[in-house]
Amino acid sequence: MSAISFQGVSKTYLTAKGPFTALNDVSFDIRPGEFFGLLGPNGAGKTTLISILAGLTRASAGRVTVNSFDVVTDFANARRALGVVPQELVFDPFFSVREALRFQSGYFGIRNNGDWIDELLAGLGLSDKASANMRQLSGGMKRRVLMALALVHKPPVLVLDEPTAGVDVELRQTLWQFVSRLNKNGTTVLLTTHYLEEAEALCARIAMVKKGQLVALEKTSDLLSRASASVLRFKLDTALPESLRAQARVTGRIVQLPAPNAETVETILAAIRASGGVAEQVEIRPADLEDVFLSVMENPS
Amino acid sequence: MKGWEMLFYKEVLRFWKVGFQTVAAPVLTAMMYMLIFGHVLEGRVEVFEGVSYTAFLVPGLVMMSMLQNAFSNSSSSLIQSKVMGNLIFILLTPLSHWAWFWAYVMSSVVRGLAVGMGVLLVTSWYGQPHFEHPLWILMFAVLGCGLMGSMGVVAGLWAEKFDQLAAFQNFVIVPMTFLSGVFYSIQSLPPFWQSASHLNPFFYMIDGFRYGFFGHSDVSPWLSFSVVAIAFLLVGGIAERMLRTGYKVRH
Repeated sequence: MSAISFQGVSKTYLTAKGPFTALNDVSFDIRPGEFFGLLGPNGAGKTTLISILAGLTRASAGRVTVNSFDVVTDFANARRALGVVPQELVFDPFFSVREALRFQSGYFGIRNNGDWIDELLAGLGLSDKASANMRQLSGGMKRRVLMALALVHKPPVLVLDEPTAGVDVELRQTLWQFVSRLNKNGTTVLLTTHYLEEAEALCARIAMVKKGQLVALEKTSDLLSRASASVLRFKLDTALPESLRAQARVTGRIVQLPAPNAETVETILAAIRASGGVAEQVEIRPADLEDVFLSVMENPS
Repeated sequence: MKGWEMLFYKEVLRFWKVGFQTVAAPVLTAMMYMLIFGHVLEGRVEVFEGVSYTAFLVPGLVMMSMLQNAFSNSSSSLIQSKVMGNLIFILLTPLSHWAWFWAYVMSSVVRGLAVGMGVLLVTSWYGQPHFEHPLWILMFAVLGCGLMGSMGVVAGLWAEKFDQLAAFQNFVIVPMTFLSGVFYSIQSLPPFWQSASHLNPFFYMIDGFRYGFFGHSDVSPWLSFSVVAIAFLLVGGIAERMLRTGYKVRH
């Protein structure tokens, strides 16, 4: 049995400019207990896929199940098995943290959930905010409350939609410790994120989507071994030569280029010298997930 | 515990926490009408024989306040959680569309009744109200609030912005309540407006409600009851269908 199963999922939106295909025949399965990463650029269809899983959006074609429960025909059981941490920092301004958690438990038909709510609050460092109104909380605190809200009914499957967007380092670590512990205790985790180092560190398996299509589905370790063996990294004050731009990963003045062998390194450095630039702080490092991500996004195999 | 009970409880708590605005304010407004119209028209207008104008006015004001507030409750809750985005917490739950329907409609009934009792209480200062048929009073109060709560669900789901909802309220709900015979008996209108009033379901809610107080009405309470019940089934059916299909909330 799969924890989550997407079978031939397509979604077409009717827009003013004509039909727009957000998802095109996406199929993959996530096994119970997996820590699974769903990666892709903005607008690739990640959130649409998660919305279909959560019942917020209806697929135009295909079937989605959570613990074998169909998310459309058996939505009540599917939603009981699923906890979703939404991407937006949404909250109900009328209520306190504890009230919101009590209500959420009640919607799932759970009475007297106080012990588990206390445990969630403690685990997420929210104990002293229990009676604070949601409006008074900082963004990071709201994010933790969203996490607690997703877990009130102890779902076996947890979905995190870009949970660390705009979150500081300390909170990010708290969140990951918390989620890793859940995962160790058996919770299946589906994560979408833009921080590829997080996906690399946490996820055992990864799917990549681009323009609504699945372009990669592999173990993280296999994906990493697919990358060119090493990367040349240097600082450059002048413009990068035209010939190198396509493959380069540029962050401010830092340029990173795939360099599988010494010959490529020489070619790159020669091209820079020819353009009149000076490469500084030159180093060679092993490839990481971001390199793989960029190469997959450029030319999906 | 059933999930809908919690949603119902949450919806009641939501308006109760801001009770000053959701209950006390409409009661004050009704009192103003009472003060002004009661003062100006008392002794000049006698609608039913032996019934003073202020006594006549009270049930109309009570009903009007109940209807407007029942509508406000479900519609403003839905539009707020849609705009704020926190509707997602309910969308993610296993609650069925019937759970949504009854939670939103019944909490609107509770708000309507709370306001209605408030208005009745402050206007009783003008004289002990008369309860000729208490069961009819209760029946029209609950059914009327249920109808308006359902209409609030429809409007709250349909509206995408606050001003759309405000337009619905100001251009549909308010005129229909004002022109329903709250301040007058439609018998006093010219024939054309009399027949026009007969097409307004609000007229039947007010008229039937008033019958419960005085045992006296423009049309038979059974006719009023039938019209209000059919309107409730119709509007409730539309609200139920919108919730079932996830109109504008599940894409």
